[in-house]
Amino acid sequence: MPKKLYNEPSPLETRILSKRFGLDNSESLATYIANDGFKAFRKAREMKPEAIIEEVKTSALRGRGGAGFPTGLKWSFVPRSSPKPKYIVINADESEPGTCKDRLLMEYDPHQMIEGILIAGLALDAHKGYLYIRGEYRYLIDHMDRAIAEAYGQGYLGKNILGTGFDFDLYTHSGAGAYECGEETALLDSLEGKRGIPRMKPPFPAVAGAWASPTLLNNVETFSAIPAIIRDGGAAFAALGTPKNGGTRLLCVSGHVNKPGVYEVPLGYPMLKFIEEIAGGIPGGRKLKAVIPGGSSCPILKADECDIPMDYDSLAKIGSMLGSGGMVVMDETTDMVKVALRIMRFYAHESCGWCIPCREGTTWLRKILQRFDDGGGRHEDVALLGELSKNMLGRTFCALGDAAAMPTISIVDKFAADFEKRLAQQMVAV
Amino acid sequence: MNFSPQLEEKFAKMLTAYPEGRKRSAVVPMLIYAQDEVGAVTPELIDEVARRCEVPPLQVDEVVGYYSMLHRKPMGKYHVQVCTNISCLLVGGMELYEHACKKLGIGHKEVTADGQISLEEVECMGACSWAPAVEINYDFHHHVTPEKLDQLIDGLRKAQ
Repeated sequence: MPKKLYNEPSPLETRILSKRFGLDNSESLATYIANDGFKAFRKAREMKPEAIIEEVKTSALRGRGGAGFPTGLKWSFVPRSSPKPKYIVINADESEPGTCKDRLLMEYDPHQMIEGILIAGLALDAHKGYLYIRGEYRYLIDHMDRAIAEAYGQGYLGKNILGTGFDFDLYTHSGAGAYECGEETALLDSLEGKRGIPRMKPPFPAVAGAWASPTLLNNVETFSAIPAIIRDGGAAFAALGTPKNGGTRLLCVSGHVNKPGVYEVPLGYPMLKFIEEIAGGIPGGRKLKAVIPGGSSCPILKADECDIPMDYDSLAKIGSMLGSGGMVVMDETTDMVKVALRIMRFYAHESCGWCIPCREGTTWLRKILQRFDDGGGRHEDVALLGELSKNMLGRTFCALGDAAAMPTISIVDKFAADFEKRLAQQMVAV
Repeated sequence: MNFSPQLEEKFAKMLTAYPEGRKRSAVVPMLIYAQDEVGAVTPELIDEVARRCEVPPLQVDEVVGYYSMLHRKPMGKYHVQVCTNISCLLVGGMELYEHACKKLGIGHKEVTADGQISLEEVECMGACSWAPAVEINYDFHHHVTPEKLDQLIDGLRKAQ
Protein backbone atom coordinates (compact mmCIF):
# COMPACT_ATOMS: atom_id res chain seq x y z
CA MET A 1 0.00 0.00 0.00
CA PRO A 2 1.29 3.47 -0.77
CA LYS A 3 1.80 5.29 2.49
CA LYS A 4 -0.31 8.38 3.00
CA LEU A 5 2.02 11.34 2.59
CA TYR A 6 2.10 14.11 5.17
CA ASN A 7 1.04 16.55 2.50
CA GLU A 8 -0.07 16.25 -1.11
CA PRO A 9 2.77 16.80 -3.57
CA SER A 10 2.48 19.74 -5.96
CA PRO A 11 2.61 19.27 -9.75
CA LEU A 12 5.06 22.19 -9.84
CA GLU A 13 7.73 20.29 -7.94
CA THR A 14 10.91 18.88 -9.48
CA ARG A 15 11.17 15.59 -7.68
CA ILE A 16 14.71 14.21 -7.68
CA LEU A 17 15.34 13.32 -4.04
CA SER A 18 11.66 12.82 -3.31
CA LYS A 19 10.83 10.90 -6.48
CA ARG A 20 10.09 7.68 -4.57
CA PHE A 21 7.90 9.35 -1.95
CA GLY A 22 4.46 7.80 -2.19
CA LEU A 23 5.51 4.61 -4.00
CA ASP A 24 4.34 1.29 -2.55
CA ASN A 25 6.65 0.36 0.32
CA SER A 26 8.90 3.26 -0.65
CA GLU A 27 11.03 2.62 2.44
CA SER A 28 11.95 -0.93 1.39
CA LEU A 29 15.21 -1.94 -0.23
CA ALA A 30 13.27 -3.78 -2.96
CA THR A 31 11.40 -0.63 -3.99
CA TYR A 32 14.61 1.34 -3.87
CA ILE A 33 16.48 -1.10 -6.09
CA ALA A 34 13.56 -1.30 -8.54
CA ASN A 35 13.69 2.49 -8.89
CA ASP A 36 17.34 3.27 -9.72
CA GLY A 37 18.64 2.27 -6.29
CA PHE A 38 22.34 1.44 -5.97
CA LYS A 39 23.08 2.23 -9.63
CA ALA A 40 25.19 5.11 -8.37
CA PHE A 41 27.11 2.93 -5.93
CA ARG A 42 27.89 0.44 -8.70
CA LYS A 43 29.11 3.32 -10.85
CA ALA A 44 31.10 4.89 -8.01
CA ARG A 45 32.99 1.69 -7.23
CA GLU A 46 34.45 1.83 -10.76
CA MET A 47 35.51 5.44 -10.27
CA LYS A 48 38.67 6.77 -8.68
CA PRO A 49 37.97 8.47 -5.30
CA GLU A 50 39.18 11.80 -6.70
CA ALA A 51 36.73 11.45 -9.56
CA ILE A 52 33.83 10.92 -7.15
CA ILE A 53 34.76 14.08 -5.26
CA GLU A 54 35.20 15.93 -8.55
CA GLU A 55 31.68 14.90 -9.60
CA VAL A 56 30.26 16.19 -6.31
CA LYS A 57 32.15 19.46 -6.85
CA THR A 58 30.76 19.71 -10.39
CA SER A 59 27.22 19.25 -9.04
CA ALA A 60 27.52 22.50 -7.06
CA LEU A 61 25.75 20.76 -4.20
CA ARG A 62 25.87 22.85 -1.05
CA GLY A 63 25.24 21.62 2.48
CA ARG A 64 21.54 21.34 3.20
CA GLY A 65 21.86 21.58 6.97
CA GLY A 66 22.04 25.36 7.05
CA ALA A 67 25.48 26.73 6.31
CA GLY A 68 25.41 25.97 2.58
CA PHE A 69 29.08 25.06 2.35
CA PRO A 70 30.08 23.43 -0.98
CA THR A 71 29.87 19.69 -0.34
CA GLY A 72 32.57 18.54 -2.77
CA LEU A 73 35.02 20.97 -1.22
CA LYS A 74 34.17 19.67 2.26
CA TRP A 75 34.82 16.10 1.07
CA SER A 76 38.17 17.14 -0.38
CA PHE A 77 39.31 18.44 3.03
CA VAL A 78 39.26 14.96 4.57
CA PRO A 79 42.81 13.56 4.32
CA ARG A 80 42.21 10.27 2.53
CA SER A 81 45.73 9.05 3.20
CA SER A 82 45.55 9.61 6.97
CA PRO A 83 46.69 6.54 8.89
CA LYS A 84 43.82 7.13 11.32
CA PRO A 85 40.39 5.65 10.66
CA LYS A 86 38.07 8.10 8.96
CA TYR A 87 34.46 8.47 10.03
CA ILE A 88 31.28 9.64 8.40
CA VAL A 89 28.74 11.33 10.62
CA ILE A 90 25.27 12.03 9.34
CA ASN A 91 23.57 14.98 10.95
CA ALA A 92 19.93 14.00 11.49
CA ASP A 93 19.51 16.30 14.46
CA GLU A 94 17.01 18.41 12.47
CA SER A 95 16.09 21.03 15.07
CA GLU A 96 16.06 24.40 13.34
CA PRO A 97 12.57 25.79 13.90
CA GLY A 98 10.65 25.59 10.64
CA THR A 99 12.52 22.53 9.35
CA CYS A 100 10.96 19.09 8.90
CA LYS A 101 12.39 17.61 5.69
CA ASP A 102 15.00 15.13 6.91
CA ARG A 103 12.19 13.26 8.63
CA LEU A 104 10.62 12.54 5.25
CA LEU A 105 13.89 11.58 3.55
CA MET A 106 14.54 8.99 6.25
CA GLU A 107 10.95 7.84 6.57
CA TYR A 108 10.14 7.43 2.86
CA ASP A 109 13.52 6.69 1.31
CA PRO A 110 16.13 5.57 3.86
CA HIS A 111 18.18 3.59 1.35
CA GLN A 112 18.79 6.64 -0.83
CA MET A 113 20.62 8.24 2.10
CA ILE A 114 22.44 4.98 2.89
CA GLU A 115 23.66 4.79 -0.71
CA GLY A 116 24.90 8.40 -0.46
CA ILE A 117 26.79 7.53 2.72
CA LEU A 118 28.40 4.50 1.06
CA ILE A 119 29.54 6.60 -1.88
CA ALA A 120 31.12 9.06 0.55
CA GLY A 121 32.80 6.05 2.19
CA LEU A 122 34.30 5.02 -1.15
CA ALA A 123 35.48 8.56 -1.83
CA LEU A 124 37.13 9.04 1.56
CA ASP A 125 38.21 5.49 2.35
CA ALA A 126 35.93 5.57 5.41
CA HIS A 127 34.39 2.39 6.74
CA LYS A 128 32.19 3.47 9.60
CA GLY A 129 29.26 5.85 9.74
CA TYR A 130 27.21 7.22 12.62
CA LEU A 131 23.71 8.48 12.03
CA TYR A 132 23.02 11.01 14.80
CA ILE A 133 19.24 11.34 15.07
CA ARG A 134 17.51 13.71 17.49
CA GLY A 135 15.92 11.88 20.41
CA GLU A 136 12.42 13.15 19.63
CA TYR A 137 12.55 11.20 16.35
CA ARG A 138 12.56 7.84 18.15
CA TYR A 139 10.22 6.31 15.57
CA LEU A 140 12.78 7.23 12.91
CA ILE A 141 15.65 5.72 14.87
CA ASP A 142 13.67 2.47 14.98
CA HIS A 143 12.79 2.91 11.31
CA MET A 144 16.43 3.47 10.34
CA ASP A 145 17.51 0.50 12.47
CA ARG A 146 15.14 -1.65 10.40
CA ALA A 147 16.39 -0.17 7.11
CA ILE A 148 20.01 -0.71 8.16
CA ALA A 149 19.26 -4.31 9.18
CA GLU A 150 17.61 -4.87 5.80
CA ALA A 151 20.67 -3.47 4.01
CA TYR A 152 23.00 -5.71 6.04
CA GLY A 153 20.77 -8.69 5.32
CA GLN A 154 21.06 -8.20 1.57
CA GLY A 155 24.73 -7.35 1.48
CA TYR A 156 24.44 -3.58 1.02
CA LEU A 157 26.17 -2.91 4.35
CA GLY A 158 28.78 -4.85 6.27
CA LYS A 159 31.71 -6.80 4.89
CA ASN A 160 32.54 -6.99 1.18
CA ILE A 161 29.54 -4.97 -0.02
CA LEU A 162 28.17 -6.41 -3.29
CA GLY A 163 31.41 -8.34 -3.73
CA THR A 164 33.46 -5.17 -4.10
CA GLY A 165 35.76 -5.82 -1.17
CA PHE A 166 34.51 -2.58 0.36
CA ASP A 167 33.39 -2.79 4.01
CA PHE A 168 31.09 -0.32 5.70
CA ASP A 169 29.26 -0.34 9.02
CA LEU A 170 26.48 2.09 9.80
CA TYR A 171 25.03 2.74 13.25
CA THR A 172 22.23 4.92 14.58
CA HIS A 173 22.94 7.12 17.60
CA SER A 174 20.19 8.84 19.60
CA GLY A 175 20.38 12.41 20.81
CA ALA A 176 18.37 13.43 23.86
CA GLY A 177 17.00 16.90 23.18
CA ALA A 178 19.41 19.72 22.37
CA TYR A 179 19.25 22.14 19.43
CA GLU A 180 22.92 22.91 19.93
CA CYS A 181 23.84 19.36 18.89
CA GLY A 182 22.93 20.23 15.31
CA GLU A 183 26.12 22.33 15.25
CA GLU A 184 28.72 19.94 13.92
CA THR A 185 31.37 20.17 16.62
CA ALA A 186 28.79 20.11 19.43
CA LEU A 187 27.30 17.07 17.73
CA LEU A 188 30.69 15.39 17.84
CA ASP A 189 31.03 16.05 21.57
CA SER A 190 27.55 14.63 22.06
CA LEU A 191 28.48 11.59 19.97
CA GLU A 192 31.44 11.10 22.28
CA GLY A 193 29.08 11.01 25.29
CA LYS A 194 29.55 14.56 26.53
CA ARG A 195 27.47 17.71 26.86
CA GLY A 196 27.05 19.12 23.36
CA ILE A 197 29.36 22.12 23.51
CA PRO A 198 31.00 23.57 20.39
CA ARG A 199 34.71 23.09 19.81
CA MET A 200 37.28 25.64 18.85
CA LYS A 201 38.03 25.53 15.12
CA PRO A 202 40.58 24.81 13.73
CA PRO A 203 41.14 21.93 13.78
CA PHE A 204 38.10 21.33 11.62
CA PRO A 205 36.28 18.01 11.87
CA ALA A 206 37.72 16.99 8.49
CA VAL A 207 41.10 16.75 10.21
CA ALA A 208 40.18 16.01 13.84
CA GLY A 209 36.51 15.20 14.31
CA ALA A 210 34.96 12.19 16.00
CA TRP A 211 37.42 10.64 18.47
CA ALA A 212 40.11 12.98 17.08
CA SER A 213 39.98 11.24 13.71
CA PRO A 214 39.25 12.76 10.28
CA THR A 215 35.49 13.04 10.01
CA LEU A 216 33.03 14.04 7.32
CA LEU A 217 29.80 15.53 8.60
CA ASN A 218 26.89 16.22 6.29
CA ASN A 219 23.16 16.62 6.63
CA VAL A 220 20.65 13.86 5.75
CA GLU A 221 19.50 15.72 2.65
CA THR A 222 23.07 16.32 1.47
CA PHE A 223 23.80 12.58 1.55
CA SER A 224 20.43 11.86 -0.05
CA ALA A 225 21.40 14.00 -3.05
CA ILE A 226 24.59 12.05 -3.75
CA PRO A 227 23.09 9.01 -5.58
CA ALA A 228 21.39 11.23 -8.18
CA ILE A 229 24.61 13.21 -8.67
CA ILE A 230 26.75 10.14 -9.30
CA ARG A 231 24.10 8.32 -11.32
CA ASP A 232 23.15 11.16 -13.68
CA GLY A 233 26.34 13.20 -13.40
CA GLY A 234 27.23 16.29 -11.45
CA ALA A 235 26.63 18.53 -14.44
CA ALA A 236 23.01 17.38 -14.79
CA PHE A 237 22.38 18.09 -11.11
CA ALA A 238 24.08 21.48 -11.29
CA ALA A 239 21.99 22.42 -14.33
CA LEU A 240 18.78 22.09 -12.32
CA GLY A 241 19.73 25.06 -10.14
CA THR A 242 21.50 28.37 -10.61
CA PRO A 243 25.28 28.93 -10.92
CA LYS A 244 27.09 27.71 -7.75
CA ASN A 245 23.72 26.56 -6.36
CA GLY A 246 23.24 23.12 -7.84
CA GLY A 247 20.23 20.88 -7.87
CA THR A 248 16.95 20.82 -6.04
CA ARG A 249 16.18 21.01 -2.37
CA LEU A 250 13.31 20.22 -0.08
CA LEU A 251 11.65 23.33 1.26
CA CYS A 252 9.46 23.09 4.32
CA VAL A 253 6.80 25.77 4.29
CA SER A 254 4.80 26.53 7.40
CA GLY A 255 2.80 29.33 8.96
CA HIS A 256 0.11 31.30 7.13
CA VAL A 257 -0.28 29.39 3.86
CA ASN A 258 -3.14 27.30 2.53
CA LYS A 259 -1.00 24.26 1.74
CA PRO A 260 1.83 24.00 4.23
CA GLY A 261 4.12 21.09 3.44
CA VAL A 262 7.49 19.89 2.21
CA TYR A 263 8.08 20.45 -1.50
CA GLU A 264 11.12 19.86 -3.70
CA VAL A 265 12.08 22.66 -6.06
CA PRO A 266 15.21 23.66 -7.99
CA LEU A 267 17.53 26.15 -6.34
CA GLY A 268 16.63 29.59 -7.58
CA TYR A 269 12.86 28.97 -7.60
CA PRO A 270 11.02 32.30 -7.22
CA MET A 271 9.91 32.79 -3.61
CA LEU A 272 6.60 34.52 -4.33
CA LYS A 273 5.64 31.91 -6.93
CA PHE A 274 6.47 29.22 -4.39
CA ILE A 275 4.25 30.83 -1.74
CA GLU A 276 1.38 31.54 -4.14
CA GLU A 277 1.35 28.51 -6.40
CA ILE A 278 2.94 25.64 -4.50
CA ALA A 279 2.03 26.58 -0.94
CA GLY A 280 -1.42 27.73 -2.05
CA GLY A 281 -1.14 31.38 -1.06
CA ILE A 282 -2.19 33.07 2.16
CA PRO A 283 -5.54 32.12 3.73
CA GLY A 284 -8.46 34.53 3.67
CA GLY A 285 -6.92 36.70 0.96
CA ARG A 286 -4.80 38.41 3.61
CA LYS A 287 -1.60 40.17 2.67
CA LEU A 288 1.92 38.85 3.14
CA LYS A 289 3.79 40.60 5.94
CA ALA A 290 7.05 38.71 6.39
CA VAL A 291 8.95 35.53 5.55
CA ILE A 292 11.64 33.69 7.48
CA PRO A 293 13.34 32.09 4.48
CA GLY A 294 15.27 29.17 5.94
CA GLY A 295 14.70 28.46 9.61
CA SER A 296 14.35 30.76 12.61
CA SER A 297 17.98 31.84 12.64
CA CYS A 298 17.70 33.54 9.24
CA PRO A 299 17.14 37.30 9.13
CA ILE A 300 13.47 37.96 8.39
CA LEU A 301 12.32 39.43 5.08
CA LYS A 302 9.64 42.07 4.61
CA ALA A 303 6.98 41.34 2.00
CA ASP A 304 8.58 43.74 -0.48
CA GLU A 305 11.91 41.86 -0.24
CA CYS A 306 10.41 38.50 -1.21
CA ASP A 307 10.40 38.90 -4.97
CA ILE A 308 13.65 36.94 -5.31
CA PRO A 309 14.95 33.59 -6.53
CA MET A 310 15.57 31.15 -3.70
CA ASP A 311 19.23 30.25 -3.84
CA TYR A 312 22.04 30.75 -1.33
CA ASP A 313 23.61 33.70 -3.11
CA SER A 314 20.42 35.64 -3.85
CA LEU A 315 19.40 35.45 -0.20
CA ALA A 316 22.89 36.37 0.98
CA LYS A 317 22.75 39.43 -1.29
CA ILE A 318 19.76 40.80 0.64
CA GLY A 319 21.34 39.96 3.98
CA SER A 320 19.53 36.74 4.78
CA MET A 321 20.09 33.00 4.26
CA LEU A 322 18.50 29.97 2.65
CA GLY A 323 19.53 28.04 5.76
CA SER A 324 17.95 24.68 6.34
CA GLY A 325 14.99 25.23 4.01
CA GLY A 326 12.46 25.99 6.74
CA MET A 327 10.32 28.77 5.30
CA VAL A 328 7.91 30.43 7.72
CA VAL A 329 5.26 32.65 6.13
CA MET A 330 3.50 35.36 8.13
CA ASP A 331 0.43 37.34 7.11
CA GLU A 332 -0.52 40.93 7.94
CA THR A 333 -2.17 39.95 11.24
CA THR A 334 1.14 38.72 12.72
CA ASP A 335 2.45 40.57 15.76
CA MET A 336 6.23 40.79 15.36
CA VAL A 337 6.76 41.41 19.07
CA LYS A 338 5.34 37.97 19.75
CA VAL A 339 7.42 36.45 16.95
CA ALA A 340 10.65 38.02 18.26
CA LEU A 341 9.84 36.90 21.80
CA ARG A 342 9.06 33.30 20.86
CA ILE A 343 12.22 33.01 18.78
CA MET A 344 14.30 34.42 21.64
CA ARG A 345 12.69 32.15 24.23
CA PHE A 346 13.90 29.31 22.02
CA TYR A 347 17.49 30.51 21.72
CA ALA A 348 17.73 31.37 25.43
CA HIS A 349 16.52 27.83 26.22
CA GLU A 350 18.92 26.22 23.77
CA SER A 351 22.06 28.26 24.43
CA CYS A 352 24.51 25.76 25.88
CA GLY A 353 26.02 28.43 28.12
CA TRP A 354 29.59 27.92 26.95
CA CYS A 355 30.09 31.40 25.49
CA ILE A 356 29.05 34.29 27.69
CA PRO A 357 27.82 36.67 24.94
CA CYS A 358 25.32 33.99 23.86
CA ARG A 359 24.33 32.78 27.32
CA GLU A 360 23.83 36.27 28.76
CA GLY A 361 22.74 37.90 25.52
CA THR A 362 19.91 35.50 24.81
CA THR A 363 18.75 35.70 28.44
CA TRP A 364 18.63 39.48 28.46
CA LEU A 365 17.00 39.68 25.07
CA ARG A 366 14.34 37.23 26.23
CA LYS A 367 13.72 39.22 29.41
CA ILE A 368 13.41 42.53 27.57
CA LEU A 369 11.11 41.05 24.94
CA GLN A 370 8.98 39.35 27.61
CA ARG A 371 8.63 42.61 29.53
CA PHE A 372 7.77 44.40 26.30
CA ASP A 373 5.14 41.82 25.40
CA ASP A 374 3.70 41.96 28.92
CA GLY A 375 3.01 45.67 28.48
CA GLY A 376 6.13 47.08 30.15
CA GLY A 377 7.84 48.31 27.00
CA ARG A 378 9.98 51.43 26.96
CA HIS A 379 10.89 53.64 24.03
CA GLU A 380 14.57 52.90 24.38
CA ASP A 381 13.98 49.12 24.21
CA VAL A 382 14.04 48.95 20.41
CA ALA A 383 17.51 50.46 20.25
CA LEU A 384 18.61 48.36 23.22
CA LEU A 385 17.47 45.12 21.59
CA GLY A 386 19.38 45.99 18.43
CA GLU A 387 22.52 47.00 20.33
CA LEU A 388 22.53 43.90 22.54
CA SER A 389 22.08 41.62 19.55
CA LYS A 390 24.85 43.31 17.57
CA ASN A 391 27.20 42.78 20.49
CA MET A 392 26.64 39.02 20.25
CA LEU A 393 27.49 38.77 16.55
CA GLY A 394 30.74 36.97 15.85
CA ARG A 395 31.68 36.71 19.53
CA THR A 396 30.85 33.05 20.14
CA PHE A 397 32.46 29.69 19.33
CA CYS A 398 29.53 28.48 17.25
CA ALA A 399 26.77 30.02 15.21
CA LEU A 400 24.07 29.86 17.88
CA GLY A 401 24.92 33.34 19.13
CA ASP A 402 24.59 34.75 15.62
CA ALA A 403 21.49 32.63 15.05
CA ALA A 404 19.81 34.31 18.01
CA ALA A 405 21.03 37.79 17.20
CA MET A 406 20.26 37.94 13.48
CA PRO A 407 16.48 37.48 13.59
CA THR A 408 16.23 40.00 16.43
CA ILE A 409 18.30 42.61 14.61
CA SER A 410 16.21 42.19 11.48
CA ILE A 411 12.87 42.23 13.31
CA VAL A 412 13.54 45.40 15.32
CA ASP A 413 15.01 47.05 12.25
CA LYS A 414 12.29 46.13 9.75
CA PHE A 415 9.26 46.00 12.02
CA ALA A 416 9.94 48.82 14.49
CA ALA A 417 6.37 49.95 13.74
CA ASP A 418 5.01 46.86 15.54
CA PHE A 419 6.96 47.84 18.64
CA GLU A 420 5.85 51.46 18.42
CA LYS A 421 2.25 50.36 18.05
CA ARG A 422 2.53 48.42 21.31
CA LEU A 423 4.03 51.46 23.06
CA ALA A 424 1.15 53.61 21.79
CA GLN A 425 -1.36 51.07 23.11
CA GLN A 426 0.37 51.14 26.49
CA MET A 427 0.04 54.92 26.60
CA VAL A 428 -3.70 54.64 25.98
CA ALA A 429 -4.01 52.00 28.67
CA VAL A 430 -2.33 54.28 31.19
CA MET B 1 20.67 -3.10 37.59
CA ASN B 2 19.02 -5.22 34.95
CA PHE B 3 16.90 -4.10 32.06
CA SER B 4 14.44 -5.96 29.86
CA PRO B 5 15.97 -8.60 27.56
CA GLN B 6 15.23 -6.38 24.54
CA LEU B 7 17.08 -3.45 26.09
CA GLU B 8 19.97 -5.65 27.25
CA GLU B 9 20.34 -6.83 23.67
CA LYS B 10 20.27 -3.24 22.39
CA PHE B 11 22.88 -2.15 24.93
CA ALA B 12 25.19 -5.08 24.18
CA LYS B 13 25.12 -4.13 20.50
CA MET B 14 25.45 -0.43 21.27
CA LEU B 15 28.68 -0.92 23.20
CA THR B 16 30.31 -2.53 20.16
CA ALA B 17 29.33 0.32 17.82
CA TYR B 18 32.05 2.74 18.84
CA PRO B 19 35.80 2.48 18.38
CA GLU B 20 37.90 0.52 20.87
CA GLY B 21 38.10 2.29 24.23
CA ARG B 22 35.31 4.72 23.38
CA LYS B 23 32.42 3.24 25.33
CA ARG B 24 31.70 6.68 26.78
CA SER B 25 30.01 7.39 23.44
CA ALA B 26 27.11 5.20 24.53
CA VAL B 27 26.30 7.41 27.55
CA VAL B 28 23.57 9.59 26.02
CA PRO B 29 21.69 6.93 24.03
CA MET B 30 21.94 4.50 26.94
CA LEU B 31 20.53 7.09 29.34
CA ILE B 32 17.55 7.89 27.19
CA TYR B 33 16.64 4.28 26.40
CA ALA B 34 17.07 3.28 30.04
CA GLN B 35 15.04 6.27 31.23
CA ASP B 36 12.13 5.05 29.12
CA GLU B 37 12.19 1.79 31.02
CA VAL B 38 13.10 3.02 34.53
CA GLY B 39 10.94 6.17 34.41
CA ALA B 40 13.66 8.66 35.36
CA VAL B 41 17.42 9.09 35.53
CA THR B 42 17.88 7.86 39.11
CA PRO B 43 21.22 7.84 40.98
CA GLU B 44 21.30 4.05 40.55
CA LEU B 45 20.83 4.42 36.82
CA ILE B 46 23.68 6.92 36.63
CA ASP B 47 25.97 4.46 38.40
CA GLU B 48 24.84 1.62 36.16
CA VAL B 49 25.41 3.55 32.92
CA ALA B 50 28.80 4.69 34.25
CA ARG B 51 29.77 1.10 34.99
CA ARG B 52 28.70 -0.15 31.58
CA CYS B 53 30.36 2.73 29.71
CA GLU B 54 33.49 2.50 31.88
CA VAL B 55 33.49 6.14 32.98
CA PRO B 56 33.26 7.80 36.41
CA PRO B 57 29.63 8.41 37.48
CA LEU B 58 30.29 12.15 37.42
CA GLN B 59 30.78 12.02 33.64
CA VAL B 60 27.31 10.56 33.32
CA ASP B 61 25.76 12.87 35.89
CA GLU B 62 27.06 16.00 34.16
CA VAL B 63 25.29 15.30 30.88
CA VAL B 64 21.86 14.78 32.48
CA GLY B 65 21.22 18.46 33.05
CA TYR B 66 22.24 19.35 29.52
CA TYR B 67 19.77 17.28 27.49
CA SER B 68 16.17 18.43 27.74
CA MET B 69 14.70 14.95 27.27
CA LEU B 70 16.53 13.55 30.29
CA HIS B 71 14.90 14.09 33.66
CA ARG B 72 15.73 13.07 37.21
CA LYS B 73 12.11 12.92 38.39
CA PRO B 74 9.55 10.66 36.75
CA MET B 75 7.17 12.22 34.23
CA GLY B 76 3.72 10.75 33.67
CA LYS B 77 3.12 7.42 32.02
CA TYR B 78 2.02 9.59 29.10
CA HIS B 79 4.18 12.63 28.48
CA VAL B 80 2.25 15.19 26.45
CA GLN B 81 4.58 17.60 24.65
CA VAL B 82 3.03 20.62 22.97
CA CYS B 83 5.17 22.70 20.61
CA THR B 84 4.72 26.47 20.74
CA ASN B 85 7.71 27.40 18.60
CA ILE B 86 7.32 29.78 15.68
CA SER B 87 5.57 27.55 13.09
CA CYS B 88 3.17 26.15 15.68
CA LEU B 89 2.71 29.57 17.32
CA LEU B 90 1.40 31.05 14.07
CA VAL B 91 -1.36 28.46 13.79
CA GLY B 92 -2.58 28.15 17.37
CA GLY B 93 0.19 26.28 19.21
CA MET B 94 0.16 28.61 22.22
CA GLU B 95 -3.62 28.40 22.57
CA LEU B 96 -3.30 24.63 22.29
CA TYR B 97 -0.75 24.55 25.10
CA GLU B 98 -2.92 26.78 27.29
CA HIS B 99 -5.87 24.51 26.55
CA ALA B 100 -3.81 21.49 27.62
CA CYS B 101 -2.88 23.21 30.90
CA LYS B 102 -6.54 23.85 31.67
CA LYS B 103 -7.70 20.43 30.58
CA LEU B 104 -5.08 18.63 32.67
CA GLY B 105 -4.95 21.15 35.53
CA ILE B 106 -1.16 21.17 35.41
CA GLY B 107 1.59 23.35 34.01
CA HIS B 108 4.98 23.00 32.32
CA LYS B 109 6.81 19.81 33.37
CA GLU B 110 4.13 18.95 35.92
CA VAL B 111 2.43 15.60 36.44
CA THR B 112 -1.25 14.91 37.21
CA ALA B 113 -1.96 13.80 40.78
CA ASP B 114 -2.45 10.18 39.68
CA GLY B 115 0.98 10.22 38.02
CA GLN B 116 -0.51 9.24 34.68
CA ILE B 117 -0.11 12.31 32.48
CA SER B 118 2.56 14.99 32.36
CA LEU B 119 2.77 18.12 30.25
CA GLU B 120 5.63 20.00 28.67
CA GLU B 121 5.79 23.08 26.48
CA VAL B 122 8.50 22.00 24.05
CA GLU B 123 10.71 23.56 21.43
CA CYS B 124 10.51 22.70 17.73
CA MET B 125 10.02 18.96 17.16
CA GLY B 126 10.30 18.98 13.38
CA ALA B 127 6.64 18.94 12.45
CA CYS B 128 6.44 22.55 11.28
CA SER B 129 4.62 21.95 8.00
CA TRP B 130 1.90 19.96 9.80
CA ALA B 131 1.51 22.30 12.75
CA PRO B 132 0.36 22.62 15.43
CA ALA B 133 2.10 19.49 16.66
CA VAL B 134 1.95 17.40 19.79
CA GLU B 135 4.13 14.44 20.68
CA ILE B 136 2.82 11.98 23.27
CA ASN B 137 5.77 9.90 24.43
CA TYR B 138 7.23 9.20 20.96
CA ASP B 139 4.05 9.43 18.88
CA PHE B 140 3.61 12.49 16.70
CA HIS B 141 0.19 14.08 16.22
CA HIS B 142 -0.18 16.71 13.50
CA HIS B 143 -2.72 19.49 12.82
CA VAL B 144 -3.88 19.23 16.42
CA THR B 145 -6.91 21.32 17.45
CA PRO B 146 -8.13 21.75 21.05
CA GLU B 147 -10.94 19.27 20.27
CA LYS B 148 -8.49 16.73 18.87
CA LEU B 149 -6.27 17.17 21.92
CA ASP B 150 -9.27 16.55 24.19
CA GLN B 151 -9.94 13.29 22.36
CA LEU B 152 -6.29 12.26 22.61
CA ILE B 153 -6.17 12.95 26.35
CA ASP B 154 -9.52 11.26 26.98
CA GLY B 155 -8.17 8.27 25.04
CA LEU B 156 -5.09 8.13 27.28
CA ARG B 157 -7.28 8.16 30.39
CA LYS B 158 -9.41 5.32 29.03
CA ALA B 159 -6.30 3.32 28.18
CA GLN B 160 -5.16 3.31 31.82
